[in-house]
Amino acid sequence: MSNVAVAAPRKTRGPWAVALAKLAMDRAAMASLAVFLLIVLACLSAPLYAKWAGVDPFASTLDAVIQIDGVDVPVMEQSTEGLGLGYTPLGPTWRLGNYFLGADSQGRDVMARMLYGGLSSLLISAAATIFTLILGTAAGLVAGYFGGVTDTVLSRFLDILWAFPIYLLAISLSIVTIAHGITIGPIQIESGSLWLPVIIIGIVYVPYVARPIRGQVLSLRHSEFVLAAVNLGVPGWRILWRDILPNITTTLIVFVPLMMALNMLTESALSFLSIGVQPPAASWGTIIQDGQALLYTRPLVALVPGLAIAVSVMALNVFGDGLRDALDPRSKVRLGRD
Amino acid sequence: MKELLLAATAAALLAGTWLAPAQAEYLKEHRGGTIRLLARSAAGTLDPHINYTDQGWQMYQPIYDGLVAFRKAEGMDGFTVVPDLAETLPQVSNDGKTFTFKLRKGIKFSSGQELGVKDVVASFQRIFKVSGPTSGTFYAGIVGADKCLADTKNCTLEGGVVGDEAAGTITINIAKPDAELLYKLALPHAVVLPADTPAEDMGSKPIPSTGAYMISAFDPNKGMTVSRNPNFKQWSEDAQPDGYPDVVQYDFGLSEEAAVTAIQNGEADWMFDALPSDRLGELGSKSMDQLHISPLSAWWYAPLNNRLAPFDNEKARQAVAYAIDRNTLVKLFGGKVLASPVCQVLPPDFPGHEDYCPFTKNPGAKWSAPDLDKAKQLVEDSGTKGQKVTIITEDTAISRSIGVYLQSVLTSIGYVADVKPISPNIQFTYIQNTNNKVQMSVTQWYKDYPAASDFLNILFSCASFREGSDASINIAGFCDKEIDAKMQKALDLGVTDQAAADKLWAEIDRQVTDKAPAVGLFTPKRLDFVSKRLGNFKFNRQFNWMITQSWVQ
Repeated sequence: MSNVAVAAPRKTRGPWAVALAKLAMDRAAMASLAVFLLIVLACLSAPLYAKWAGVDPFASTLDAVIQIDGVDVPVMEQSTEGLGLGYTPLGPTWRLGNYFLGADSQGRDVMARMLYGGLSSLLISAAATIFTLILGTAAGLVAGYFGGVTDTVLSRFLDILWAFPIYLLAISLSIVTIAHGITIGPIQIESGSLWLPVIIIGIVYVPYVARPIRGQVLSLRHSEFVLAAVNLGVPGWRILWRDILPNITTTLIVFVPLMMALNMLTESALSFLSIGVQPPAASWGTIIQDGQALLYTRPLVALVPGLAIAVSVMALNVFGDGLRDALDPRSKVRLGRD
Repeated sequence: MKELLLAATAAALLAGTWLAPAQAEYLKEHRGGTIRLLARSAAGTLDPHINYTDQGWQMYQPIYDGLVAFRKAEGMDGFTVVPDLAETLPQVSNDGKTFTFKLRKGIKFSSGQELGVKDVVASFQRIFKVSGPTSGTFYAGIVGADKCLADTKNCTLEGGVVGDEAAGTITINIAKPDAELLYKLALPHAVVLPADTPAEDMGSKPIPSTGAYMISAFDPNKGMTVSRNPNFKQWSEDAQPDGYPDVVQYDFGLSEEAAVTAIQNGEADWMFDALPSDRLGELGSKSMDQLHISPLSAWWYAPLNNRLAPFDNEKARQAVAYAIDRNTLVKLFGGKVLASPVCQVLPPDFPGHEDYCPFTKNPGAKWSAPDLDKAKQLVEDSGTKGQKVTIITEDTAISRSIGVYLQSVLTSIGYVADVKPISPNIQFTYIQNTNNKVQMSVTQWYKDYPAASDFLNILFSCASFREGSDASINIAGFCDKEIDAKMQKALDLGVTDQAAADKLWAEIDRQVTDKAPAVGLFTPKRLDFVSKRLGNFKFNRQFNWMITQSWVQ
């Protein structure tokens, strides 16, 4: 028996746990995540809110009358002074469930539309992010790994896509598809479907993801473990799946919040231009558009969704930065026990 | 002697060389200054033979002249045709197929060239050479027009428009009598331009004019300057009166909100575009004396595609007509002061109009309330319940809000409806083309001239429907041979007995309304907001506010 005391092996945490711990220490990122989750929760409650408030956020209710402190108040008030021109929608009542943010020019409850609008904006930006990541990753992996003609063709195609001004491309695609939707073989997406903006936004940002992924794959392609696998005769798809994909996962994770923020902005812009979410459905972009005609009398109708977009995008970007720092092994964020 | 004096006075009046004392005095007192007008954008090409916009036509009034013109007078008097470059209204012969005009002498273009018979003949040929938008409709009845339409470049209108330089006359021969010919000749598309004007769209290049004013500068992105024509001498106060301001400065690019503020601050005198809806209340209460509300001969309507489900079914169309609450639409447009509910095609105060409203709670002369029960029953009876309907609107605040409301209505009576707002630049042609399979849309029609046919015949005759064309103004695709024959009869009757023709048009209006090829939404009114300094505002029913008949000093 040896007298030499053997030190117990130090239990080290895995890279994910380290990243998580680093992220948890980043106060700005955590605060942003909390804000974003709060927004998501609020938006998810949209149907409950509408039911509780007893309003239909998608139907015109120009003749509706509500009660405030026992007094009947029309949601659309006609001017009684002078020539009696024009109608002004009800302003904010600041009473939850009773036109909290007032009415829009169709007499609809702005608060209920804000929540439904947020739901649409979040759903579209999340789905478009997944769509972009799948297409962009596939293109980046194939182009980077197989190289040669495949790389040239894919890269030039991505270059062409990237060369178009993003909004111009999105607007063109929207105008083409807006009236009749898209039909590809047995798949038919109707013109009013939320899938249309998802696909359009998803497509225009593919190069944004594919190019950095291709660069990473190109460098991984010549790493020793990949060369070893190639020499052992492991099939290409298996190398991509088992060896390369796991090594780009962190990049993809960092892309998620950043792409979501970008997609949310794009969705809002397209909806504002009437080529995203179609009326009477709501998104924050369409509510800003509705509010544009009320800027003088009811500025909140445009300001609130604008603010919601700004806060959500900022929260996603700050969280995305924190996530990138946490997942970067060269990050300067240091954990006490490491 | 007395008779001679009276005759001389009458002749002077007819020639228009005599100014009423009031106008002469006013001209002395208020003549001069610059009127500043604002619009979000220019009205398109400057070429009067091509431009087909309200904005352009209004501006052309003090600039260009035709052989005849609509009287520059307030209200309904503005619908009267008076001689302009012609000395008198034409002599009609050959069973209403030949019109002979005697050209006035001594009129010069702003370029200094003397107006002659050759200019008139060349101008009529030019309508076809530049493929004017109404060459195939308004002027297609002129003898030789068919050849001109087939071969625009070599158009001569041989036998159709004949000039006699020596006698100073122009004879227009038409293939069949047309009671509306004088109206068509009084439109800007038939104004007289110098014979050497290139036979192409002049775009941004001003063309010399005979009117009291001329276009002296134009930049489609910035503005237009209209100044006095140095060669103008008033020949007819009715047709082309002298104006008050020395310059009309028309600036483009400001938003409607900014334009309202500019007028409030006295930096501009008038804006072309509709006032923003959220400023109406404020302006209606604080700036009442600067607002002018005038009736329009116009129609906001929702064409229903008679050749596509579900509206190929008459009951389905009638159901929509019963369900729509016109009061709500009036509310969306700014209230009862700015619009009135409507059921029929012909606007109020229009030839042939007789109040009629079958699609309301208490059918009769006027609309009272929607009848949703009846509408739902008709949807059931038609067997179209649950079908999908897409409404195409313009992407403007008003049109979009009407579309959203209509979507609610269609949903409430059993359809699965959605709305598609598309750019105003393309919506009007998009909804006309059958290839786009538009089921329902929201649009407007403003009269070209005061005749019932300008609504009924143009919007609902079989000839106005063209499969697969962007210029199929019968958007509903309505074609009823019996009604078509009646419209032809009314057009023919108008040549000899306009009153009887208008009676027949009223009957046609009722028949078309009953078939509900389109749903009338409301009749709009024009709301003009002017600066405090602007005086003598006069609204002409044909071409709206008479710009140069107002003064700014």
